[in-house]
Amino acid sequence: MIPDKRVIVCAGAGGVGKTTTSAAVALGLAAQGKRVAVVTIDPAKRLANALGLKALENEPRKVDARRLRGHGLEITGELWAMTLDPKRTFDDLVARLAPDEQAREEILANRIYQQLSGAVAGSQEYTAMAKLYELDRDGRFDAIVLDTPPSRNALDFLDAPDRLTSFLEGRALRAFLAPTGLAARVVGRGTSVVLGALKRVTGVELLDDLRGFFGSLGGLLAGFRERAEGVAALLEDPQTTFLIIASPEAEPVDEAIFFGTKLRTAGMQLGGLIVNRVHVPVVGDLPAELSGPLAEKVRAAAADLDALATRDAEAIGRLERALGLEASALIPHLPADVHDIDGLVAVQRYLSGAPG
Amino acid sequence: MVAEVGGRHDAGRLLEGSGADHETVTPRAAMEEYLHDQLPGAVAELLSRSGTFAAFVEATPGMNELLSIGKVWELTGSRRRSEDAVRYDLVILDAPASGHGLALLGAPRTFSDAARVGPIHRQAGQIHATLSDPGQTAVVAVALAEEMPVNETLELRAALGERMGIELEAVVVNGVVPDRLTAAEAQRLESLDQPAGSPVAAALWGHERAQAQKRQLRRLRGGLDAAPLRLPFFFGPPDLGAISGELEALL
Repeated sequence: MIPDKRVIVCAGAGGVGKTTTSAAVALGLAAQGKRVAVVTIDPAKRLANALGLKALENEPRKVDARRLRGHGLEITGELWAMTLDPKRTFDDLVARLAPDEQAREEILANRIYQQLSGAVAGSQEYTAMAKLYELDRDGRFDAIVLDTPPSRNALDFLDAPDRLTSFLEGRALRAFLAPTGLAARVVGRGTSVVLGALKRVTGVELLDDLRGFFGSLGGLLAGFRERAEGVAALLEDPQTTFLIIASPEAEPVDEAIFFGTKLRTAGMQLGGLIVNRVHVPVVGDLPAELSGPLAEKVRAAAADLDALATRDAEAIGRLERALGLEASALIPHLPADVHDIDGLVAVQRYLSGAPG
Repeated sequence: MVAEVGGRHDAGRLLEGSGADHETVTPRAAMEEYLHDQLPGAVAELLSRSGTFAAFVEATPGMNELLSIGKVWELTGSRRRSEDAVRYDLVILDAPASGHGLALLGAPRTFSDAARVGPIHRQAGQIHATLSDPGQTAVVAVALAEEMPVNETLELRAALGERMGIELEAVVVNGVVPDRLTAAEAQRLESLDQPAGSPVAAALWGHERAQAQKRQLRRLRGGLDAAPLRLPFFFGPPDLGAISGELEALL
């Protein structure tokens, strides 16, 4: 499903082990001899440490081959990893697209821009896409694995570039903020009435900030638009594939169904379905030498786990039927979080269909 | 009354038939309501119809959050917009996950700072005053006993304090599994050398999981300087009665 792909996007609800899965997928590709970059979003500290990741670097860094040696999986390629820093990605982008130093400084200092780039809502989605595009264009890597932000709507990142572009273009608002030239003469008095009403609600300062923001952005719009188009083309590329990551609870399953359906409608490739945190059914009896209270405890624990396994099997069935797709891998619910290379290797084995 | 933002209906589904009121706040409806509350009918209509206010909201980062939290604030009855609206004694907000939740709670302060004068400055200031008054508002963090949720909870606590001067009222940890085995019993079971998938392996798995949760709970308690409230893992479907019984006992 993924060996011949250049871009692998891991998508799903929050809390389903997306980051770990992304890292394990990347590790598997590196074991095939590829030079792979994995872009993680806010990884757990211990996992980041295991990969030698430093926060705020915002560029892929090669995972030291010595870290990867001796864990039962031979890495013949290279694993590169990074943690996305949305604010920095945004600032870098502005720096690159700005026509000159003055425009750059003006934008970076604008309060609306600072809000926009620092706000959690939306900026991770956009910058994840921007980074993916940049790494792909860069051409250094055989494959790029992208972890996606844990938004409530798993699709937010797909149209983030478009949303940002239409926001930056802000046509409706620009007409009112800069009532000069022909537009002002045509709209005339109507504009000033509406603008007056808007001022009554917002106060003058917010409007001034907005005006400054859109004014200084003018020179960058073409660049942003070009990127949005580039990202759209990259997502539809036959060498790009989406992996849907879920866990077998009601909400992540609903999101996975929603997401898979949307992806298909949008004409994207569904490369596979990975279900994490699956409880495994209990089989067999208690050993004969076990009796008394301890035997009772074992029975109770087995009954609990078995009930969860039944619930999981139903949820997975529902997911597979809804998507018309068999899960490509079921990863058992590990007792503790994956936080080291051994854990990643174990997950990678399940992914490649060779558990144990 | 339970409120949800972002057009979600999760709590609404759970509350069906419970007798509690529920409202899903959408930025669009909150925006219309706000406009009509602020301006004379005809002017509000003009801004709404021309799409100008919508464009302003769209173009101003954080404005959607401000309108949403403003609507939730309005529900508390500090000043209900219509005379006959119910004044709720208590409004419970099912806020989004910590990053987005913080953006929601922090929006009023940001706007009362950014707009130094005018109606938005004034109202945002009032909302922030309500949110940051421990006599009126309590922020409860809900977590799982896993690494990332514990990190997020500790980060949320720090950010609430730094950015808004708000202390967490309580932290509730959901889904705490029972630890049935003593260390000696676990050792005994391990010595039986049973295969994966067997009942003994199931009991050891449960023990290991409980131990991992305990480590995270210790970390959380250390970071909070207080013991979080713990809710047991429910093996069946969500049962509000049972959960609220447990919570009441804890409180």
